[in-house]
Amino acid sequence: MTAVSAVIRNQGVIPLTRIPVVSYPEFIRVVDELMTGGLHCVNYFAWAEGDMLKFIICLANDSDGTIHLLMHKSPKRTGLQLDALSLQHYQLHIFEREISENFGVDFTGHPWPKPVRYAWNRADQSKLINNYPFYKIDSDELHEVGVGPIHAGVIEPGHFRFLCNGETVLHLEIQLGWQHRGVESLFLTKPGLLQRTILSESIASDTSVGHSLAFVSLLESLAGINPGETLEMERTLALELERIAMHLGDLSNVNIGMAYQLASAVFGTLRTPVINYTQTWCGNRFGKGLNRVGGSHYPFNDELAAKLLDLMNKVEETAKPMADRLFGLPSFLMRSESIGRVTEAQTRLIGAVGMAARNAGVARDIRVTHPFASYRNHPIESQTLTQGDVWARMMLRNLELNDSVYYVRDLTRTWMDTHEPVSVPAEEKKLQLAADSFAVSLVEGWRGEVCHCAVTGSNGAIVHYKVKDPSLHNWMALALSLRNLEISDFPINNKSYNLSYCGFDL
Amino acid sequence: MIPELGILRRHGKQYIPDITAPKVPGPFKGRPEISTAAVDEAALADLCPTGAIGKKPVTIDLGKCVMCGACSFAFPEKIKFTSDYKIATNSRDRLIVSEGSSDPIMLDESKIRSEIRSLFGRSLKLREISAGGGNADEGELNACGNPNFDMGRFGIEFLASPRHTDGIVITGPITKNMAAATQICYDAVPSPKLIILAGTDAISGGIFAGSPALDRSFLGRYPVDLYVPGNPPHPLTFVNGVLSLVRKMKG
Repeated sequence: MTAVSAVIRNQGVIPLTRIPVVSYPEFIRVVDELMTGGLHCVNYFAWAEGDMLKFIICLANDSDGTIHLLMHKSPKRTGLQLDALSLQHYQLHIFEREISENFGVDFTGHPWPKPVRYAWNRADQSKLINNYPFYKIDSDELHEVGVGPIHAGVIEPGHFRFLCNGETVLHLEIQLGWQHRGVESLFLTKPGLLQRTILSESIASDTSVGHSLAFVSLLESLAGINPGETLEMERTLALELERIAMHLGDLSNVNIGMAYQLASAVFGTLRTPVINYTQTWCGNRFGKGLNRVGGSHYPFNDELAAKLLDLMNKVEETAKPMADRLFGLPSFLMRSESIGRVTEAQTRLIGAVGMAARNAGVARDIRVTHPFASYRNHPIESQTLTQGDVWARMMLRNLELNDSVYYVRDLTRTWMDTHEPVSVPAEEKKLQLAADSFAVSLVEGWRGEVCHCAVTGSNGAIVHYKVKDPSLHNWMALALSLRNLEISDFPINNKSYNLSYCGFDL
Repeated sequence: MIPELGILRRHGKQYIPDITAPKVPGPFKGRPEISTAAVDEAALADLCPTGAIGKKPVTIDLGKCVMCGACSFAFPEKIKFTSDYKIATNSRDRLIVSEGSSDPIMLDESKIRSEIRSLFGRSLKLREISAGGGNADEGELNACGNPNFDMGRFGIEFLASPRHTDGIVITGPITKNMAAATQICYDAVPSPKLIILAGTDAISGGIFAGSPALDRSFLGRYPVDLYVPGNPPHPLTFVNGVLSLVRKMKG
């Protein structure tokens, strides 16, 4: 029996009535069939509508660029029980945990039905963030190390609990939620288009361009606006600049963790002209203000294009000798090879995305599999390594940095040859969103797959907004990478992932 | 060592010699200037996503402004953002820029506690608390210590343990989930101590203002020593702001 599900493509819109709503046993059967066939879950969430709880799953087929949609629904009541799908497909664990936290659904058999982020509107208000149910092992030989929520450096808060046997970590449990600002509910209570756009830039400000691109693309697809090739090129350039800047920052940070000052200083200071360039373009070093629905306040121009080509030369000329030296240094190799290794099987099991997938043999890159913006007409090559260790995560950044530099150069030249005038952003009052519809927008941010979904009501108003940062999947990869490793290896491991706290906590 | 020498030579000197002087490039949005031109003030105030614009007279509250520039695009004859990044102050009122004024934003010297300059003028160690910060605020605070801005040369540094520091810097709108940790961390800093709010989110909640996931009661309990606006605050805004708080600046 073949699966019945609605099929759309990235940035597609579909009337809700065309998405099959099936019984829960049938939902399990179809999802199991699709996921066994290799599809991965890009979003699975619930929302309340009257006295009903509606559930929708979005499964991406990376081989043909389609996204399968399927729904089920249940009357909203306390103590609602559903069989956990996580048992068959472990990557769904975090989605089921989130639905459970938000709506009190009991997924029977779920391997660890723990709170996700202690959202302000969680179903069970008696659960408190300072009383998280950590795993424990009864033994006189073992000890626990707790770190956070406030960390040593100037970084976001999270709590790490290590179960240790001497210096060796048996298990790392990561407790998040400290950053929870109520982003998803603010998308509904702050109805202005500009408010929502700025909110999208603030979900994870190190991914301002990635998240705001997902948002404006989603709105444009719901409003039937075609941004046009020139604007798409400009957005794609901004997205690749964000990748270059963050990869340089991470190459610097891991080297701080390894006490290699020269590489840290060289990569770190090279990030400065990149984000200063973004500031020259739009006034903000993080690209805030660039992505707007239907147009731009900061159209690209010939002077910026020439400066961008110069910048790419500078990045290449400065980064390459440093990278060549770094990756040939025995001390660097000793510190990074086989450290924090996650296998391909584990990576598939947890549904890791982006770099956390590509460092361990899983070629998952939305730019290639579900292309958006300029990646449709100007394909980019994506790199996949197999080692799954700190070395691979560093090398991947180095390779992606080079690829992005080449890509930005090519795309800038294409822009110079083909660009047309870009209009100013769309006027809010002229936007009419498709009514009673569902839309999904996937963007490959520098960390990986960013996914925004919206459900609209009968007048086209957004009645539910769903954000997924790649870190939702990937924190589990960091936890797994620490197993049987010395606890002193945690900092470089953590930096080699550089996952988002606020993107997870929302 | 030969490759390192080549790399070092290329690296050169990266620091900004006079931290009070550099010009920031591009359409950077710093202190706004509001002209006295007559415009539809209601429409102007309405378009601000965070309610930072006041009417009669027209004002912009930099403690609420997320620097999106929407007002300057819609009313270019009325509002212009200059590239003046020295917008930090110790007075909440001075963050509100009124029409017709092109005065720089200064600290209120009378409000600076005497021990701040005598104790922290040459060495100021800070503990940063991210309480819902989006990671741009944190990124810019980290940049303050990088080889370009290098605030370490002024004795200003972020440290890990609150016990070793002279104050806290808060980023983010202060979430409910971080409210207790923020208080515990502040309590662990020995007195006398500073409170610095870095970024619009910390000063007013920014785009997150009014979210039921926030708990900003901490700010009601203590006076704030420095407000550093921006979304995120530019490193030059932070470094110059802190310097003018702990040192008597020339000019």
